[in-house]
Amino acid sequence: MAGIGTLYNPPNPAETRILTWRFGKPNSWKIDTYLADGGYQTIMKALQMTQEQIIEEVKVSMLRGRGGAGFPTGLKWSFVPRSSPKPKYIVCNGDESEPGTCKDRLLIEFDPHQLIEGLMIAGHAMGSQHAYVYIRGEYRFLIEHLNGAIDEAYAAGVLGENIRGTGFTFHVHTHSGAGAYECGEETALLDSLEGKRGVPRMKPPFPAVAGAWACPTLLNNVETFSAIVPIIRDGGAKFLSYGVPKSGGTRLLCVSGHVHNPGVYEVPLGMDTMTFINGIAGGVKGGKLKALVPGGSSCPILTAEECQNLPMDYDSVAKIGSMMGSGGMVVMNEHTDMVAVALRIIKFYQHESCGWCIPCREGTTWLKKSLQRYADGGGSEADIDIINELAKNMLGRTFCALGDAAAMPTISLVTKFRSEFIEYLKKPRAAHHHHKHELVGIH
Amino acid sequence: MTFSPALEQRFEKMLKAYPEGKTRSAVVPMLIYAQDETGAVTEELILEVAKRCGVTRLQVDEVVGYYSMLHRKPQGKYHVQICTNISCMLVGGTELYEHCSKKLGIGHKETTPDGLFSLEEVECMGACSWAPTTTINYDYYNHVTPESLDKLLEDLRKANQ
Repeated sequence: MAGIGTLYNPPNPAETRILTWRFGKPNSWKIDTYLADGGYQTIMKALQMTQEQIIEEVKVSMLRGRGGAGFPTGLKWSFVPRSSPKPKYIVCNGDESEPGTCKDRLLIEFDPHQLIEGLMIAGHAMGSQHAYVYIRGEYRFLIEHLNGAIDEAYAAGVLGENIRGTGFTFHVHTHSGAGAYECGEETALLDSLEGKRGVPRMKPPFPAVAGAWACPTLLNNVETFSAIVPIIRDGGAKFLSYGVPKSGGTRLLCVSGHVHNPGVYEVPLGMDTMTFINGIAGGVKGGKLKALVPGGSSCPILTAEECQNLPMDYDSVAKIGSMMGSGGMVVMNEHTDMVAVALRIIKFYQHESCGWCIPCREGTTWLKKSLQRYADGGGSEADIDIINELAKNMLGRTFCALGDAAAMPTISLVTKFRSEFIEYLKKPRAAHHHHKHELVGIH
Repeated sequence: MTFSPALEQRFEKMLKAYPEGKTRSAVVPMLIYAQDETGAVTEELILEVAKRCGVTRLQVDEVVGYYSMLHRKPQGKYHVQICTNISCMLVGGTELYEHCSKKLGIGHKETTPDGLFSLEEVECMGACSWAPTTTINYDYYNHVTPESLDKLLEDLRKANQ
């Protein structure tokens, strides 16, 4: 069993450790070491700044949402109506459920006080006194761990009423999920936080205006809030300088699959994809590179050719039709069965579809059935087009992005690996051994 | 219905964490912590949570059917979850699940006759870079192989003899 405080993979000297610089230091998660490293001084600095100045600094940093959508954080912060007479809430998304993603848990495990301080700065900037950290139920150990850090912060007088005599009051609470990918979607998360089934809400109104308990709410990912500390401490321009002009700073990349050194590594945005894979990730294991999921399984998959000379920043990856997403990079070698990959990905989205929107509920179900039949050797070439068309019909037709998240990888797999799908049909039926997944969704 | 003093203390704090009058927010966290003590989400527990949070019975019942970690039937003393999602699948997660199923002689969401183990094939648990991943109750095990899993199960079995 992995114990708290043991690094999961050794850090690499080629990393740029801005958010993770304290990882691996003894007791990095304890408040005394955090204070010794200058912790909770950035909130004091922030309290000397106006709300506008803080938001401006975040805008300058070009920090973009680290949860998946990549929306400019400073802009999101500016949408919250700070003059509203209603209370404002800070909600931190620690649901981390996108397949391939395992970074937020490390930020909570190794530097929880950095996250708390980031939430406090956001609280001051929004005029909010309460933050809720929503953590997926599977991360029970992390909820307890963060609760411990919060207790330490109250005991040290850095959380609570009139903190250090500044007049600033702030409280942080944790909230446990109970197993639902959908709750990583911000409006579904808010419904879940309110004690309901996690189904997405109609937008507008956006959470900034009517979020938690119908009050103005700032909702960001764990990594996004953690990045606020270096941004305010060293300035937005400094943070921006680590990355590229439209994608500021560093990112935690979670590399998994067929590589020699799988792990979570912090690198500057704009780093060359193959340099990362062949360098820090240790190169492709078991053969040549065949495909890459650049940022969680909802992203359109990239071929080995598309990965050449590809800077890893939001706009460059978007330009070739995919996404930086959540930072979950899944590497596949030349022996990977892409039919099996397509089937496994769609099974996940079918299982997790909340059933609220028909194109997603029915679409994922039919895609799963079609791909299962195909994988079992009962398909035909016409199925490839049917799968493609069906998936395309889901795009943009649902309240939240789960429908798209299911459709996008499917479309990319059947188009970019069409020849492999056709070859697959020629194999004798007995060669198709596919584990019958027993996960059952709503059907 | 009463829970252990530690849980009662947790619930007291939990109900105060949300804005005034918004105790419905505590429904899901209360259920997931409470089922650890009751063994499952029973009708009695549903009514108790409804009472404590000031909501209707149905408002509790409807979330039980939604969240995959809430379960109405008791699980084994050791609930083994094996991920077969993409990152785990690429490095042997599916074979690991099949091995475990064979070894325990049970399938998805089934429990061994002695009540010691239950098995569940699960979606991504957020340990992709250290795959394949297994959890037993709330403990994570990374880089699991059929051999290391056998040893793990054997140790748990011995501890219960």
